[in-house]
Amino acid sequence: MKLITVNFLACAVKGCKTAPASYPLHFQDAELELQELEFQPNFILNIIPRIDWDGLRVMANELGFPTIPDTKPEGDALKDEQILRDLHRVLLETQVVEGKLCCGNCGHEYTIKEGIANFLLPSHLGPTTPIKKSPGLLLTKPLALSLN
Amino acid sequence: MEYLIRFAQVHESFRQPEIQALADLAGVDLEFLYYDKNSPFCIIKVQDEATARAVIARSIIAKDIFELWGQGANFDDVHVDVRRRTEDRWARFKDDSFRFTIDSFAGKRNEKKKREIIQSFSFLGFKGPIRMKNPDQDFWVFEDYGWDLSSPDILRPRPEGQEPRTIYFGRWIANSSRDVINKYDLKKRRYISTTSMDAELTLITANMAHAGPGKIFYDPFVGTGSFLVAMSHFGSQTFGSDIDGRSFRGKEMEKGGTMGVLSNFQQYDNVGKFMDVFTSDLTNTPLRSYQFLDGIVCDPPYGVREGLRVLGRREGLKNEEVIIDGIPAHYRPGYIAPKKPYGFEAMLNDILSFASRTLVTGGRLAMWMPTSNDEEGVVFPVPMHPNLEVLNVSVQPFYSWSRRLITYRRLPEGQVSDVSQGRQVLDSEGVYADQLNAFRRKYFTKNQHDTVSKSRKESPAS
Repeated sequence: MKLITVNFLACAVKGCKTAPASYPLHFQDAELELQELEFQPNFILNIIPRIDWDGLRVMANELGFPTIPDTKPEGDALKDEQILRDLHRVLLETQVVEGKLCCGNCGHEYTIKEGIANFLLPSHLGPTTPIKKSPGLLLTKPLALSLN
Repeated sequence: MEYLIRFAQVHESFRQPEIQALADLAGVDLEFLYYDKNSPFCIIKVQDEATARAVIARSIIAKDIFELWGQGANFDDVHVDVRRRTEDRWARFKDDSFRFTIDSFAGKRNEKKKREIIQSFSFLGFKGPIRMKNPDQDFWVFEDYGWDLSSPDILRPRPEGQEPRTIYFGRWIANSSRDVINKYDLKKRRYISTTSMDAELTLITANMAHAGPGKIFYDPFVGTGSFLVAMSHFGSQTFGSDIDGRSFRGKEMEKGGTMGVLSNFQQYDNVGKFMDVFTSDLTNTPLRSYQFLDGIVCDPPYGVREGLRVLGRREGLKNEEVIIDGIPAHYRPGYIAPKKPYGFEAMLNDILSFASRTLVTGGRLAMWMPTSNDEEGVVFPVPMHPNLEVLNVSVQPFYSWSRRLITYRRLPEGQVSDVSQGRQVLDSEGVYADQLNAFRRKYFTKNQHDTVSKSRKESPAS
């Protein structure tokens, strides 16, 4: 799980998403791994406007990264290659391989194992309204026939 | 300037949409002057050679592009046309090395006749050396005999001695990316499954969705990651999720080896473009609702091989035990979240609504969906969303069903597409968005597709 991905994630529990405390998810018992990857300044430049800076700072702080500037780089700072390289390192090269992501609102914990997070919810936290059946639109029958 | 595109004679209804998507991506004005689904040859108008190169460079279904020097129904007409169009250019190529090649579609010529045809172009006055390998100028004669649609085997070339329907003469400009298909051949890929989509179609999908450097792409039904591989080929950062984590992990990972999807990125030496995969369900996605994705590409489960599932419990089933031995069940190792059947249309609506929330303005959704070929079977309308404009619908027909690739564009705030039209429209092969979307028809009257439909009716433009 890379920090860039976690920056785009909040708690999956219905009703939690609108609560401010459901973002960012908080790392617990995180085991980090660093993997050197090709530096893509264009990608970093494009993605900076879409990064939730406060969220990134909280996460980086929890993981012990000291190099995140207080404010999102703008203007001339974007021409500073070192700033972009630092961000590349934090966003793309840093992996959480084991640990948990916790919701600050409901306290639900999502586990990360071998770099892969699991966001599937038990049914009492999932959707409460059953999905309407739409007869004739379940494709199973006609297609199953034609495909044997 | 007019250019001749030579297409592969496959996936016909994807050919124009792919070229159009690439022209849009390159910011190029492109007009289709001649297109016929039964012919590999297509004439387009773009500004100059540089724009022609820009359009063709990423194409998967086109093979190459040529500067059109002339065309006609017989060689006399072609010679006249070549003289009329290009006489002022001949001097420029006078001393270059060159080569002539004849390519006949649905017909054939013997070697003697081929030599005669080449000789007939001697009026061009080229004095340079003939070079069969890497010539400075590469000239091509294309003969289109037209498929004999009455023949039981239309793919067999017509017998020798017949005359072509149309002849084109052109100067080679550039090759497409068609050879990339071979690089990503599923047969040579480390991690695949029975549902992995083939290299050609995933790469075409990537073109339709405008995958490219600096962009971020997501596949909510990632499976073995075929789409991620194709998106990353064009330079996008990619990530995906799946309700079934086993699909992207793979058996090797369970044995302590590399994760399946990652092993493909390693194979293609493109690990830097792989962000993440995680286990989740689109209806309960942990992804936040704001516009941060450049593109979404997916081939959702059809419910053919496996029923559609979403998180939740079937109605009428008892609630599960939530606490076991003092530990919430869902935190215990080996916990499997319950899933329940899910309607196909509900899933499509979820995808569209997710796309409208997360795509940046102008970002694209390229989604595959199945449909029945059979009139009496279930007909699926093209799913629509007010914030998404349907750009095109391409069809891959099978024996008794088809699958369609539908490409959408996220509209700017304040612009809304009319979703009332498309729902009743049935799609025949290669339906354009214009027929499905009154909004588009109204606001994009100058668009390329109108030109296409016009030039299709008329005889090939000269």
